[in-house]
Amino acid sequence: MKPTDIRNPDYFHKVVDCQWACPAHTPVPEYIRLIAQGRYDDAYMINWYSNVFPGVLGRTCDRPCEPACRRSRVEDGQSTEPVAICRLKRVAADYKDDIRARLPQVPKQKNGKRVALIGAGPASLTVARDLAPLGYHLAVYDQDPQGGGMMRTQIPKFRLPESVLDEEVGYIENLGLETHFGQRVDSLKAVLAENYDAVFVGCGAPRGRDLEIPGRQEAAANIHIGIDWLSSVSFGHIEKIGKRVIVLGGGNTAMDCCRSSKRLGGEDVKVIVRSGYEEMKASPWEKEDATHEGIPILNFLVPKTFVHHNGKLTGMTFEKVKAEYDAKGRRRLVPTGEPDHLYECDDVLIAIGQENSFPWIERDVGIEFDEWGMPKVDEVTFQSSRPGVFFGGDAAFGPKNIIWAVAHGHEAAISIDKFCNGEDVRERPAPMVNLMSQKMGIHEWSYDNDVSLDQRFKVPWNDVRATLKNIKLEVEKGFDPATAFKEAQRCLNCDAQTVFSHNLCIECDACVDICPMDCITFTDNADESDLRKRLNAPATNLTQDLYVSEALKTGRIMAKDEDVCLHCGLCAERCPTGAWDMQKFFLEMTHAGPSCRDKHSAPGRKAA
Amino acid sequence: MTYIAKPKLHHPTLPANKIGFTRRDYEGKISTLCAGCGHDSISAAIIQACWELDIEPHRVAKLSGIGCSSKTPDYFLGNSHGFNSVHGRMPSVLTGANLANRDLIYLGVSGDGDSASIGIGQFAHVMRRGVNMVYIVENNGVYGLTKGQFSATADQGSKSKRGVVNSDSPVDLAALALQLGATFVGRSFSGDKGQLVPLIKAAIVHPGAAFLDVISPCVAFNNHTGSTRSYEYVREHNEPVNRIDFDYWPKREEITVEYPEGEVVSVTQHDGSVLRLRKLAKNYDAHDRITAMNYIQQHQAKGEVVTGLLYVDPDPEDLHRHLNTADAPFNALSAGDLCPGSAALEKINASLR
Repeated sequence: MKPTDIRNPDYFHKVVDCQWACPAHTPVPEYIRLIAQGRYDDAYMINWYSNVFPGVLGRTCDRPCEPACRRSRVEDGQSTEPVAICRLKRVAADYKDDIRARLPQVPKQKNGKRVALIGAGPASLTVARDLAPLGYHLAVYDQDPQGGGMMRTQIPKFRLPESVLDEEVGYIENLGLETHFGQRVDSLKAVLAENYDAVFVGCGAPRGRDLEIPGRQEAAANIHIGIDWLSSVSFGHIEKIGKRVIVLGGGNTAMDCCRSSKRLGGEDVKVIVRSGYEEMKASPWEKEDATHEGIPILNFLVPKTFVHHNGKLTGMTFEKVKAEYDAKGRRRLVPTGEPDHLYECDDVLIAIGQENSFPWIERDVGIEFDEWGMPKVDEVTFQSSRPGVFFGGDAAFGPKNIIWAVAHGHEAAISIDKFCNGEDVRERPAPMVNLMSQKMGIHEWSYDNDVSLDQRFKVPWNDVRATLKNIKLEVEKGFDPATAFKEAQRCLNCDAQTVFSHNLCIECDACVDICPMDCITFTDNADESDLRKRLNAPATNLTQDLYVSEALKTGRIMAKDEDVCLHCGLCAERCPTGAWDMQKFFLEMTHAGPSCRDKHSAPGRKAA
Repeated sequence: MTYIAKPKLHHPTLPANKIGFTRRDYEGKISTLCAGCGHDSISAAIIQACWELDIEPHRVAKLSGIGCSSKTPDYFLGNSHGFNSVHGRMPSVLTGANLANRDLIYLGVSGDGDSASIGIGQFAHVMRRGVNMVYIVENNGVYGLTKGQFSATADQGSKSKRGVVNSDSPVDLAALALQLGATFVGRSFSGDKGQLVPLIKAAIVHPGAAFLDVISPCVAFNNHTGSTRSYEYVREHNEPVNRIDFDYWPKREEITVEYPEGEVVSVTQHDGSVLRLRKLAKNYDAHDRITAMNYIQQHQAKGEVVTGLLYVDPDPEDLHRHLNTADAPFNALSAGDLCPGSAALEKINASLR
């Protein structure tokens, strides 16, 4: 293998699994350490700069960081669970002081550029957060009376209290936005006619998919589209539902629908899904939460008809199916031949998917659409085929989640800033990367390298009898500071990188002997596939890189499997020559501003 | 010295041996020696060897004297018996323990100061008597604990870290052990576990006095230019005579260092186990004590370090056989065995009349 080029920022970034998996690349270990130190404000601000809504995401994030977490690959025996990254983020938000003084100031002198933001969801608000401090004049349009978008309309209050959302949306609205709430945009042409310097479309994927099967029209009064129903619940337009409720669909919206129903008078609430339990799109913890509240999830049932009597819905019939896989591993649902099942009900909530919908964008304004009715959007710049019109969030590439919308927003803001300054939006700045030794003394590191053996701590819940009675009472209570500390200590500090200097190594084997995970091997060089088999412990996780040095004095190389490294620093402690060093890798995504522009770019920060 | 304990977590595929232990179960406390000390590699090699041999930890007694090397039994086999004796006196304590309980595996760990200076007399006699043990000298050529003075094994003409040239003749412990009648003599290097681990395994299985001289660089005081015990010097001047291949023990995935192919000689030992030696030096015969002694001396004169299994007696005798002792250890002897009664006394008396 060729020696690893650690100057490539991606190499060590990948080792920080959580940060690499996070669409916004939040420096997770950094803020977890700050939480352990009780520095909640600092932990919050790191999050705020990276993901804009720490309090919201600390409760609702889809947390791609957690399945990626190295902790789940190194724990022993039965429990192999990741660090509760998401809930630690909430800890920072819960225990911080007033941080308003640390928020960016809006300059009195504006830069003269005007940008329209369509939709006031996470994508648009992120763009606003990045551009407002630069002096942009920002006009935000949303059909709803308050900002927040789907964070407000789709996430039930028992998962996300209104106060948390109001606070974090408020931080951005207070950056001097011109808000047009309650004002639906029906024509992009009309917006463009106002001569904005740029337009950002962050309107989400606002249309819930319908289910056209027999009985749909006749029983329409008791059949609701999930996302519309949740939105009405959120704004208090709906306060009741029938006693027997069927929720169709296996995604997170279905989970929110069934749990909301349970709080609005539903006694016999069930979720019915076409696919199997494992293939359901809902996050595992959301399924568990529904189950915890006594809601059964029935699988492999395909809806056939809505049954109605005298114009009133009475139930639904389903065909029982089973999964069959063809030679290519593709799944097919085939009928089992059993007679159709009838489930009686008073109301049905359809939560079988969301779609984008752009009836308000005229097809002759220069924005090209593909065959599925989606705008053609550049995946890097987020610019549409009409220069100056940008898309982000669910509006860009279909339904995802908040953290993706935030990531899109940051990138789109860079594009908008460059566009408004007459620069090529394709010239992107590289992220800010730091690699710094953490050595404090002979055997002291600036991070706590002693590995905790604790298993994941459970977040305490309010009493289910109370939460089911009050749709606004939050289910989870969040960690108390003492538990938060212990959970934070489970973090392995994967950003404390093991950096190897081959020219210092005397091949004494001290690191090999001490490594608790058998990560390090000194051996003859070979192809990667061969090398992976010949290491002290087999390196079978191909998603994790091997760190390979240049040839040492004996002609051998050092090969380290990054997969299960505990970042305990013992290799560096036992190294007599300092050939191993623990160096903190800090990567901060570049945000819109002068440093992104060609004219002002500092050396080394140009596009990689 | 390291402040944190080695984390208990281990690689998810870490295998267990026949008796259900992983390699990590044979570890001891975390080492307090200097970072990079060769002794720590020897500890790791002992751990690996005991794990591979499926040895029950409670069947091992590790004994040592004084010095850096003699601290190491604390850093391996944390569940075995241990005795940290007076400086240079480990051989006596080991002999006594062995006489009292012949069922244990005795691991004597010593250094060049402990064995070649203050304890050289004890060293000589434990070899002469053929005590069934593995005697490992972790040989770095200096007194590390007193800041790097030459020890008795330091080569004449080698330079200390301060620049002083050693004028005294060195004690060659391997040559001495051969002369004194050890039935298994090997030399190895802490930086070459591929050679060292099988040697330790073979020494443990050998039912007699087994001696291993392991060159173990002192990174703090003897790893500089001019030293003949540095990592670099030993690697450059290493002259292995053979490698041990095992097929008696189940093959496990070990690091196999590639060496040129050579003739393979099988040595069937007393207990039926087979040692397979891959010859690296053409005319070297590991069964001939006198050839071995000559070979070592010749190469020593050229500044080379001869390593490998230097000599093995496939049918050794040990102290218990010489003294015709009881087959059972003391703790298994009952009052009846120890005091067989007047009839037995009569018999003895009759035989003397």
